Amino acid sequence: MIWIDTIVQGVLLGGLYALFAAGLSLVFGIMRLVNLAHGDLIVMAAYLILVVVSVLGLNPFVAAVIAAPIMFVFGWILQKGVLNRTLGEDILPPLLVTFGLSVVIQNALLEGFSADSQRISMGPLETASVSAGPVTVGLLPLLTFASAILVIVGLNWIFYRTSIGRAYRATSDDPVTASLMGIRPDRVFASAMGLALIVVTIAALYLGTRSNFDPYVGPARLIYAFEAVIIGGLGSLWGTLAGGVIIGVAQTVGASINPEWQILAGHVAFLVVLLIRPRGLFPRAVD
Amino acid sequence: MAATHSISTRTRAATTSGIAALVLLAVAIVLPAFASRSLIQDLFFILTMLTLAQFWNLLAGYTGLVSVGQQAFVGFGAYMLFGSTILWGVNPVAALALSGLFALLLAIPTAFFVFRLSGAYFAIGTWVVAEVVRLSVAQWQAVGGGTGTSLPRDARDAMWGVEWIEVFFDVRSSEARDILAYWLALALAAATIGGIYWFLRTRRGLALAALRDNVEAAKSVGVDANRMKWIVFLVAAFGTGIAGGLIFLQNGRISPDSAFAVTQWTAFVIFIVVIGGIGTIEGPIIGVLVFFILQEALADFGAVYLIVLGLLGIAIMLFAQRGLWGLFSDRTGIQLFPVRRRLVTPDRGNS
Repeated sequence: MIWIDTIVQGVLLGGLYALFAAGLSLVFGIMRLVNLAHGDLIVMAAYLILVVVSVLGLNPFVAAVIAAPIMFVFGWILQKGVLNRTLGEDILPPLLVTFGLSVVIQNALLEGFSADSQRISMGPLETASVSAGPVTVGLLPLLTFASAILVIVGLNWIFYRTSIGRAYRATSDDPVTASLMGIRPDRVFASAMGLALIVVTIAALYLGTRSNFDPYVGPARLIYAFEAVIIGGLGSLWGTLAGGVIIGVAQTVGASINPEWQILAGHVAFLVVLLIRPRGLFPRAVD
Repeated sequence: MAATHSISTRTRAATTSGIAALVLLAVAIVLPAFASRSLIQDLFFILTMLTLAQFWNLLAGYTGLVSVGQQAFVGFGAYMLFGSTILWGVNPVAALALSGLFALLLAIPTAFFVFRLSGAYFAIGTWVVAEVVRLSVAQWQAVGGGTGTSLPRDARDAMWGVEWIEVFFDVRSSEARDILAYWLALALAAATIGGIYWFLRTRRGLALAALRDNVEAAKSVGVDANRMKWIVFLVAAFGTGIAGGLIFLQNGRISPDSAFAVTQWTAFVIFIVVIGGIGTIEGPIIGVLVFFILQEALADFGAVYLIVLGLLGIAIMLFAQRGLWGLFSDRTGIQLFPVRRRLVTPDRGNS
């Protein structure tokens, strides 16, 4: 029965990774932007929430609601002012610029908040759990997973039911033709990055409450997020969730065999999936 | 008279710079006789970063293989050096060859895997492979597992040439080891730059430059792009592995986190190449000097230098994609390592 428990914990962990990955999947799917600063943006949002919580004395969930629009504006400006200039055939400019951004964010956070590890406190919610038969799950991991599903449902709704979503899909398929139809790709991209950073804020809420964080934890989170996006397939948000779950389950199963194998098992699962399906499990967009 | 035309890559600036390079090399060889120990250590750092940058430039600048996982070869090369000296008693200097060789062996399965991916997937794929190697090496208890280990004292003392340097320069053994490491780094950097320059002037090198400029056009005239990718990836892994071995031989201590650090061995190296100018031999040389000067100038301000470095990298990528050397070369037309073939007429004065 312990196996069921391991798998359930892995699935819930996968929810966290999917949440990390959803914003990445969005920008990757729409504008093929490999954002190497995504992990650091999550950490930055976590610090923002922490500041709001400690300055205004608010509940972390309320603080996240305040942080989200700030992150949206930051994303919009970042995309409009910097990242739009890097998009094109060559993948080096976006890669390098976001790598640079990653180094800048990490060290700016280090200057501002020191290297001490921080945590956003949720009070009694942190330790609350529910039991179902042989399996006991924490309320917070459950909430994380539910949030991941809600985020994906929400993003899919925007994608397939709204006019801005239509603009996203059209620009993703062919920015030149889309611009002939009156869409301005630079604005579409800017709003997509803003939206991605709202998702980042939600991810940051759970990153900050579930474990300690410091200015340097971004890249380690980023790599799981990328694995989830790539395993899932370009442009498919449900694929990203599946990818996150695969990584999460591989990690908990690996850890149950030998604690030192946890992260290694996740990476190996990624390599195996990619060896069999180089374009991921559910590729929607054509690269 | 057409038969007397010839193709040459030689320019006047290159002849001057070739002579200057030889003089510089000669000065660099005898430098330990005058220089302070800290200068030798600084130069060691510059030379090893330069070597890493030249190989990354070869990958990304010429074949478009934007790898974010070169720390796999730095770390693996370094670990094989420690492993072979600790377990098999190999002399550390000889073990440098094993560093390169094992990095090359690691590169073969890596290439099989990552060459199935393209563009961004390739970049992330190389990074994940590097993480897998890091986590696997961290399980290797003989070299200290996750916490790492130091190079054993008797292995350090047995290093070839150290005794001779001690006597010749009248220095303590720790300083003699630094001098030896510096010479090795100098030889490695000179061989790397010389080797790449030689390669770019061969037929294969021409094919490589064609690939850099336009992949489809190069393929259409018969360049085997896949074969070139393999050659470049394996050569880069070999050189990067030796550099990694050397860096940690000088360091004397290794741990998985330091040997496989993505920031140190890949991000900084990418900045060096891009700031200097990607796709040229001169670029990484300029880049590593800028990197070092920034580090020294801002040493008292902690993390600020990394912020400046990051912003500089971003600015260069946005406004001057060919880097500082590109800006200079475009204005003056000077190339220190010319690889462009030009038509030379023998009697230019009379025409």
